[in-house]
Amino acid sequence: MTKKEQMSLEREAFVNENGIIVLDNVSKVYSAGAPALNEVSITIGRGEFVFIVGDSGSGKSTLIKLLLRELKASSGSVTVLGYDMGKLTHRNVPKFRRRIGVVFQDFRLLSDRDVYANVAFAQRVIGVPEEEIKVNVPAILKTMGLAGKYKAKTNQLSGGEQQRVALARALVNRPEILLADEPTGNLDPRNSWEIMALLEEINQQGTTVVVVTHNKEIVNSMCKRVITMNRGVVVSDEEGGFYNEEN
Amino acid sequence: MKKIKLFLHVIGQGFANVFRNKWYSLASVATISLCLFVFGACYAIVANVQNMVMTAEEGVSLTVFFHSEGDMCETHEEGQVPDEQWVVEFQKEINARPEVLSSDFISDDQAWEEFGKNYFGDDFEDYAVAFPENPLEGDNSYEIFVKEVELQTQVVEWLNTHKEVRKVNYSEVTVDTLSGFNKLLVGGSVAFILILFAVSLFLIGNTVATGISMRSEEINIMKYIGATDFYVRSPFLMEGVLIGLVGAGLSMGLIYGLYGFVLSYVVERFEILSNFLNFLTVNEVFKVLLPGSLIMGMGIGFIGSFIATRKHLRV
Repeated sequence: MTKKEQMSLEREAFVNENGIIVLDNVSKVYSAGAPALNEVSITIGRGEFVFIVGDSGSGKSTLIKLLLRELKASSGSVTVLGYDMGKLTHRNVPKFRRRIGVVFQDFRLLSDRDVYANVAFAQRVIGVPEEEIKVNVPAILKTMGLAGKYKAKTNQLSGGEQQRVALARALVNRPEILLADEPTGNLDPRNSWEIMALLEEINQQGTTVVVVTHNKEIVNSMCKRVITMNRGVVVSDEEGGFYNEEN
Repeated sequence: MKKIKLFLHVIGQGFANVFRNKWYSLASVATISLCLFVFGACYAIVANVQNMVMTAEEGVSLTVFFHSEGDMCETHEEGQVPDEQWVVEFQKEINARPEVLSSDFISDDQAWEEFGKNYFGDDFEDYAVAFPENPLEGDNSYEIFVKEVELQTQVVEWLNTHKEVRKVNYSEVTVDTLSGFNKLLVGGSVAFILILFAVSLFLIGNTVATGISMRSEEINIMKYIGATDFYVRSPFLMEGVLIGLVGAGLSMGLIYGLYGFVLSYVVERFEILSNFLNFLTVNEVFKVLLPGSLIMGMGIGFIGSFIATRKHLRV
């Protein structure tokens, strides 16, 4: 067995034993001011659907950045997919990120390209052969309900459709974790529900889904695990919880 | 296969970057062209001057004369007049000098004949009758050829340290003019080219930095998807290399055309000049200039874009 295979097995064992996302006493302090995260401990198991809620400045965005290894924790340990974020070398970050899908409130699509090119882009970046791209992209677009929109420019699409393209791009490489940062923030209620239905479907297929949101109605209706943050601290973590603003 | 695909992607994206950012690219191509045009023109001139210097050097020699009993105008100290054996041994010493290429012994008879032919031409035989004895008797000499014109002074200084040496003839003006002109030309062009190189680096860096800022959104997405540093950075490096290559190609085309034109103009208009100045052909100049300029163009492009990606592209 090669060293690479050995390490992969060790990571797999860690995930099975401890969880796919493990934060242990994590603090993050920026150069000035109070800590953005203060001794946060969270464990998320494989295949879970978790909402992270909280007001602005509660530390949600910092948490997402730590999970993507955009930032490093000031203290404590962050382990995602068995990778210790503190020890992950810059060279190995791309390999790690290929196993995580991410969508944002502002969609972040390439406006000069059509829907197909936007989704295919994610596969080209990681060197998937063109023949496979031709199969994978139409398949994921069909799942997202965009079968008839391959050639449309993204700026000709509605907000809901744009977020579905972003979801297709995040999922086409079959990530094990999907991080959604305010995915319904720019959408009307109907489109918001459509996106949440898609996220639930993705979760049912085995992907771990972490949704950072402000949308009280959606959180309270979906009956999922809810982690509430306030001023960098986890104030509640409940299965089938609610978005309680008093926290 | 995957590596070939990646390489093709890098080239494709490099071209796309150049066209996406066409005005900046054009400005960079123009500057690098100008820079390499000046370099090429200076090189062509320096190469030609050096060729002329080399040709001149082959003809430039110094002549050393010894004291002899035949000198009527001078009195000699003891041991100042060398014997034949010393003169023969002295040639070995001359040839052993590192500056010396070769030396020829010129006997007094040869010297008289050469002098006569230079001054009287074909009538020398008639005039020679008036001189039953060689007026240059005992004026044996060595004609010494040095490896480089600049070394001539050192040899002269060394020769003058021998008491047997009466006189050393050499052309100080030729030496100073040729080597001085060459040094001035090389020094001046190096300074000018360095300034232009710095400007080119700055402009290419700016072009690439603009490209990076125009594509910041795409780069950001690539980062989240898991693109490697190489995948993100290499198209920008390729962009710089392509700009350098196009700039070098343009300047070389221009020099190729101009050199041929100037050369034929000089040869036609100044026939006398071209009789004693030995110009290099365009192919002789381009044998070194073309690969040198292409490598330099690509090098400047690469360095400029490398600095820009290091500074502006955080992967």
